[in-house]
Amino acid sequence: MAVDNKTSWYQRMMRFMDKEAVAGYVFASPFIVGFLAFTILPMIYSLVISFTSYRIASPPRWIGVDNYVRMFTRDPRFIRSIGVTLHYVAVSVPLKVGFALLVAVLLTRSTRLAAFYRSVYYLPSLIGGSVAVSLVWKELFAVKGVINNVLSVIGLPGDIAWIGDPNYAIYVLVLLAVWQFGSSMIIFAAGLKQIPETYYEAAQIDGASSWQQFIYITLPCLSPVILFNLVMQTISAFMNFTQAFIITKGGPMDSTLFYALYLYMSAFNYFEMGYASAMAWVLLVIVGIVTALIFKSSGRWVYYESKGGRW
Amino acid sequence: MMSSMRNRKIVSGIAYHLLVAALGFLMVYPVLWMISGAFKTNYEILNESLKLIPNSFSFDNFARGWKGFGRLTFAGFFRNSAYISTLATAGVTISSAIVAYAFSRLNFPGRQFWFACMMSTMMLPYQVVMIPQYIIFRNLGLTNTYVPLILPSWFSRAFFVFMIMQFIHGLPRELDEAAIIDGCSRYSVFTRIILPLIKPALITTIIINFYWAWDDFMGPLIYLSRPTKYPVSLAIKLFADSTSTTDYGAMFAMSTLSLIPVFSIFLFFNRYLIQGISMSGLRG
Repeated sequence: MAVDNKTSWYQRMMRFMDKEAVAGYVFASPFIVGFLAFTILPMIYSLVISFTSYRIASPPRWIGVDNYVRMFTRDPRFIRSIGVTLHYVAVSVPLKVGFALLVAVLLTRSTRLAAFYRSVYYLPSLIGGSVAVSLVWKELFAVKGVINNVLSVIGLPGDIAWIGDPNYAIYVLVLLAVWQFGSSMIIFAAGLKQIPETYYEAAQIDGASSWQQFIYITLPCLSPVILFNLVMQTISAFMNFTQAFIITKGGPMDSTLFYALYLYMSAFNYFEMGYASAMAWVLLVIVGIVTALIFKSSGRWVYYESKGGRW
Repeated sequence: MMSSMRNRKIVSGIAYHLLVAALGFLMVYPVLWMISGAFKTNYEILNESLKLIPNSFSFDNFARGWKGFGRLTFAGFFRNSAYISTLATAGVTISSAIVAYAFSRLNFPGRQFWFACMMSTMMLPYQVVMIPQYIIFRNLGLTNTYVPLILPSWFSRAFFVFMIMQFIHGLPRELDEAAIIDGCSRYSVFTRIILPLIKPALITTIIINFYWAWDDFMGPLIYLSRPTKYPVSLAIKLFADSTSTTDYGAMFAMSTLSLIPVFSIFLFFNRYLIQGISMSGLRG
């Protein structure tokens, strides 16, 4: 009798668990629990302490919006870090995405070697985030490094302090970013494959040059992918931390003091948790605005086939 | 007439390959330079830096580098990295597959909402949650443990959930429906039908997350302060700081070793990597 009771309880339980809505929540629960515990809860906490002065050793003290006021009125290094980061994003992202597009198109020629080439070009973006590559990059651009060596071999001044000069240091990091165009290139290559061959055939019959085909077929068809790459690369450029931390440490003279780096220093070197949290929220707003601007502009240049485009 | 056209085609073909190959060489040059530096003497690195082929291949740099610093050898750092990366990757793969099944196959109230939440986490700067997470883990006494580096991985990662979802969308729904009519529960549909079929997406997840976890620098930098706990990424940074005035060779040797997992992924699983990037980058 008891056994019977147990079975029916078990069966009822199983039937309940197998309802689609219940099963849906069971399967989605890792995300939902993690989202609440590791995203929402920390975000609320972060917002609260951004209105406090919180030097980890002593409890937080409410100071209202003073962290935000201080950032924009009493902290020239913060203003500097915004300028440096915008400069870095504005130079590195278009170069990187443009280069990725160029190489992806260059590699559409169907040769047996194309796949091999693509892997070779992709390698830097696979390893680029590692500490090892940052250390190597630092030595390449050292005063007695390879870059200066090559320059002096071809008769140019070969004694430039790339990393030590506030005018050049940021471009060492820009080059490192552009060097890692590989994953954007792969995404472009996948997009290029989806453009119907017939478009090009028709254009060729009409006598269009390959340049015209690129401008009037490839670019419009690829524009949603360009938008995707621009947005993703912009967001990740704003987050750049490791490379600047290892290669330049933000110097010389704060010329590479990226936002994420200054935020890290505020939190973990100066232990100003409240101030750093406020900076994180401002970062969120900045990234949001920049992304929104890109999306807003996209109405003018992104072509979606389903809407019936410009031809 | 014909032959001149064919000649032109050959010439342009050669020019094309020369250009692409030269650019390709430029791209991998820093990597080759690092590997060759691992075998060079410090004198060669400083004075004949352009050369890619060292005068003699010696493993001295590796031997010196492996000893590490302050009685800690790189054997320990590699063990730490392997431990963190394996546990984090196992968690991400299992949880992301489970969540992907919910979002792509099950209809439950609030699905759209949770899906939107998940996609938005992909855009959220890590900096926003970095500080509060640190404070929370610190208050729980979990700094200097691997818990903060591993635990969040067990709650799925949007990038991989999205990628696996793309894969599940490609499987015919009739498979699930037939199984359910035959009396399968949704749990056995997942374990017996979906899981075996999404193996390629799982392999891609394992590969990409493993090397992300292996490369991770900021997480260990924030949470670990005892060098015995350091993973390789943090250890070579400390190693370079403590020796950079003299021992470039050893630094390059350890840098090269630290990239071996990534290199082997590149050599043996490249297909999965490329597939993963193109699938999550482009919807449908």
